[in-house]
Amino acid sequence: MKYVNKGVPKLDAMALVTGRPVYTDDIAPDNCLVVKVLRSPHAFAKITDIDTDAAKGLPGVACVLTYKDVPEHRFTMAGQSFPEPSPYDRLILDRLVRYAGDPVAVVAARTAREADRALKAVKVSYEVLEPVLDPENALDHPSVIHPEDDYHVNFDIGNDAKRNLCSSGEFSFGDVDAAFARSDVVVDRTYRTKANNQAMMETFRTFSYMDHNGRLTLVSATQIPFHVRRIAARALGIPKQKIRVIKPRIGGGFGAKQTVVSELFPALVTLKTGKPAKMVFTRRESFTGSTSRHAMRIRVRLGADQAGNLQAIHVDTLSNTGAYGEHGPTTVGLSGHKSMPLYNKAKALKFTYNVVYTNTMSAGAFRGYGATQGCFAMESAMDELAGELGMDPLALRLKNLVAQGEIMPGYYGEKLNACTLDQCICRGKELVGWDDTYPFQKISDTRVRAVGAAITMQGSGIAGIDTASVEIRLQDDGFYTLMIGAADMGTGCDTILAQMAAEVLCCDMDRIIVSQVDTDHSPYDTGSYASSTTFVTGTSVVKAGKALIRKITREAAKKLGLPPEDLEFDGTSVFAGTKESGQRIAVTDLARELAVGKGACLSASATHSSPVSPPPFMAGFAEIELDLETGKVFVLNYVGVVDCGTPINPNLARVQTEGGIVQGIGMALFEDITYNASGKMMNASFMQYKIPSRLDIGNIQVAFESSYEPSGPFGAKSIGEVVINTPAPAIANAIANACGVRLRQLPMTAEDVFMGGCND
Amino acid sequence: MQVNKFKVSCTINGAGYEEEIAPDLLLIDFLRGLGFLSIKQGCDTTNCGLCTVWVDDRPVLSCAVPAARIHGKAVTTLEGVREKAEAFAGFMAEQGADQCGFCSPGLVMNILAMEKELDNPSPEEIRAYLAGNLCRCTGYASQMRAIEAYLAARPYCKPRGGDQ
Amino acid sequence: MFELKEFCAVQSLEQADRLLHSDRKNVILGGMLWMRMGTRQFHTGIDLSQLGLDRIKDTGDHIEIGAMTCLRQVETSPVLEENFGTIFKDAVSGIVGVQFRNLATLGGSVFSRFSFSDVSTALLVLGTRVRLYRGGDMPLSDFLETSPGRDILVSLSIPKQTIDTVYLSHRKSATDVPVLGAALARTPQGWHIALGARPSRARLAPKAAGLLPRVPDPEQVEAACAAVQEELGFGSNPRGSEAYRRHLAGVLIKRGVRAICR
Repeated sequence: MKYVNKGVPKLDAMALVTGRPVYTDDIAPDNCLVVKVLRSPHAFAKITDIDTDAAKGLPGVACVLTYKDVPEHRFTMAGQSFPEPSPYDRLILDRLVRYAGDPVAVVAARTAREADRALKAVKVSYEVLEPVLDPENALDHPSVIHPEDDYHVNFDIGNDAKRNLCSSGEFSFGDVDAAFARSDVVVDRTYRTKANNQAMMETFRTFSYMDHNGRLTLVSATQIPFHVRRIAARALGIPKQKIRVIKPRIGGGFGAKQTVVSELFPALVTLKTGKPAKMVFTRRESFTGSTSRHAMRIRVRLGADQAGNLQAIHVDTLSNTGAYGEHGPTTVGLSGHKSMPLYNKAKALKFTYNVVYTNTMSAGAFRGYGATQGCFAMESAMDELAGELGMDPLALRLKNLVAQGEIMPGYYGEKLNACTLDQCICRGKELVGWDDTYPFQKISDTRVRAVGAAITMQGSGIAGIDTASVEIRLQDDGFYTLMIGAADMGTGCDTILAQMAAEVLCCDMDRIIVSQVDTDHSPYDTGSYASSTTFVTGTSVVKAGKALIRKITREAAKKLGLPPEDLEFDGTSVFAGTKESGQRIAVTDLARELAVGKGACLSASATHSSPVSPPPFMAGFAEIELDLETGKVFVLNYVGVVDCGTPINPNLARVQTEGGIVQGIGMALFEDITYNASGKMMNASFMQYKIPSRLDIGNIQVAFESSYEPSGPFGAKSIGEVVINTPAPAIANAIANACGVRLRQLPMTAEDVFMGGCND
Repeated sequence: MQVNKFKVSCTINGAGYEEEIAPDLLLIDFLRGLGFLSIKQGCDTTNCGLCTVWVDDRPVLSCAVPAARIHGKAVTTLEGVREKAEAFAGFMAEQGADQCGFCSPGLVMNILAMEKELDNPSPEEIRAYLAGNLCRCTGYASQMRAIEAYLAARPYCKPRGGDQ
Repeated sequence: MFELKEFCAVQSLEQADRLLHSDRKNVILGGMLWMRMGTRQFHTGIDLSQLGLDRIKDTGDHIEIGAMTCLRQVETSPVLEENFGTIFKDAVSGIVGVQFRNLATLGGSVFSRFSFSDVSTALLVLGTRVRLYRGGDMPLSDFLETSPGRDILVSLSIPKQTIDTVYLSHRKSATDVPVLGAALARTPQGWHIALGARPSRARLAPKAAGLLPRVPDPEQVEAACAAVQEELGFGSNPRGSEAYRRHLAGVLIKRGVRAICR
């Protein structure tokens, strides 16, 4: 292979590192109105009066919009395929505000200062209602967060909005009660995770303008250009064909930009005023007016015989979707369906869940998407079970581990065609020096070193739903344009897809041009989320490439007067017999000729949707140093061994893994969204919400144990999400190994460790 | 409220500027307004390092400097050190360390400042110097590999001569 | 965000003082790192950066540090390290990043009486005095007990003496503000202990310090730790509980004494 499995530099590297103006705010026209949003100070309130006259009269103010000015079509901001599983429970501006940060009014002015003054001049009266802040008391709370009559669900998601229940469900396999009854040991533990913020460096931002045909153009930092088009059309009450969405370079997403967040406000202003408009979220707004990870309470029951053979697993999840149901009904599923299947030897499985509304900011998509929370619970519980059994926690895992060739009842009955998880565990064990350190080594009177491990799986795209189209065009000088609708958010998917195209078309990388996503030009793609791009869009690239080769060969056959089946394509030419002796035509010549008078410019399209979502796997190992006097934990070394199938670009796969691990360490030790008693978010800045700096982490070691996924392009699965899951449980397990303190709640602070985990 | 404009004269990347500005205009907005769009804002609380530029050769957060304060001073942005940035970018690309790239301009400005200030920094010194440059994509490891490779290659780069 | 109607780079302290007292809404500009986060509307921003107050001077028996000296200067100053060891480096190197410390001024930290200030805690154990334009000279320990008034902090003055120092802090993450900061110093006359981010303002613990002989034994250290826990109040905030801070105080002091006696 010339390009696949090679660390090809990202196509945009030079532009990005040298600071070229390629992001949304860099390319916005100077004459954009500045859009700002007035947000509710109350967690739950009804607007009784809103006076915008004074604000409208201020200099520079173009418009002040309230709930009276927006269409009354409820929608979901979740970037999911239609019909979305998330309830239609939002308006752009609503009279009932459901969290501190919910939009109340939109202002647009010539300058930021003028917009700020207008915000201050809007006078709002509220009838403050009793908020629901604790998800554990949300069900059947006297306050109903969504009392509206036009609340809508697209299909059965176990919803009962009048009970504050966004979604609920149940899954079981085998006779769970009997399996628990015959278990020698049962552990039953409850774990809690927090509502983390994705914290990509570029906050949400969009600018909008009307084009010469009276169509609304949105240029936005988004992972989901096509979903944005559909959602905006519904929310704004205009036809889809009146909207065009363009995605420039994006400064990170991590799932945050899989939801429509900043798009609708400038869009609304442009529709009302006819003028270009721009909204750039402040960091505070990015914290308080977007979506976070779903906070979950997960109870895990594990039953095993004396020898450590798992008999039964029961996962029960309570997920807090906050004020709106974005991604609520779907994230919760992963907490069970991407934790239980790891232990496929278990005889019986049960998964039950409730997703509740509260008056906190809506939760949404964040890398890992529920699997991360489930992994913390399951992998902590496995170590607790090992403790009860007196077994080595890795031996317990290996004994019950899912293996290649097995059917996974807990994973939608899919067959596992590619898996090296056992090798990942063994390799990681060696790399971290498990046998030398486990469970802990005393360094001094006050310091110990300890190791802890966790394993995980994710998916590769959403089976039967994610759809990616790709078109490859042969251009008149024999180079190719790769048209994709997948949204590179910094991960490098433009490069990875170009690598695959170059591999199939047997050409140099510089003959592949990747075009930026524009819904007017790009082929349809559900977007970059759910670890889908390499696997789903990548397969479309391979298909389209092969189809284009067939077309090129057919045209060459006409030219050479030979049957196509006698011809071979080697990237530079199409030839018969051997390249040297036989008849041949160069691809560049063919392309040039086809562009003149032949009416046969070549392009090939392909669409792919996978009926399965092959799971990538990872084993994570934390080596920590723990200060026994203060409880402080430092991750000296983190080893991640990944089975992502064939890594198309090992460099980028490695950086994904390193980045995911560090985000996971942040979630484990630092990142802490908390609300005060009245429902206000207390850590809405990088001063209070601490993502890891480069001083907060030690050495990160990444290795690949590659399986070959038969349904993936070149054997690839996915990498983007699986990498964030293991740090929280691995570190929790290491802490328990270091000092006997079992923490079942995130983040795990030094104070929690020192105070002995008095959280249960 | 009546605001008196402040006249500021300074150099930016070696070229002279004389501008009438609002007295509370921040340097980041001043510079972006003049078209130096490499500079990014990542927070509102002086925590992220994305907006790093040099004032009289010292790296500072342009989001916290009143533009009025640079009167008589020399400002350098990434646009002014592009050749050096390109040399470094090669090492970043080699590692796949660029990712979303939004933190890169601030990081590059601080790395180049470090290069001037510290002779042969150890990995610990590098980490300490760059602690104020947050990145959410990479987990920092690939950046460190790129920086160390870049610094190690410096003697070989020097004969190529001039920059800036 | 904050607003300024006018910016004035003053040419003298007299001019700054006159401006400051001519209008309640005029304000002295420090490093601007905190002010920019506010939403207050000021009239004239008074900039002291042309007055040469950004210097660290050896006056013979004192080290004088101008109020506009930035934290990065304090961190890298050979004069400070020669006279007081690495206490300044250790106190400020965890503050956000180099670019931040190139802006944040010592005067801004001290004058604002930030309760989480690492550097104020360190300065306390060195016998530092502050010089105010109107208020004159006073010990930093007294100054930190006052509420921010309308005066101009001109400089800080630290006596040169034989001294061993240490600064330790506990932070939730490396570049966060401290959960607790502790500075210790040992002079021929005895020990000084100060704790910051309790979470209220930094304060000296003279009683506890008085219990320490030049080379204390473990029991005497324990006694001093217990005394500090009595002598200074601790409180809770999102970064830590009162009980945990009280415990940390003992740990940091024990470690500090050990570091100095090593």
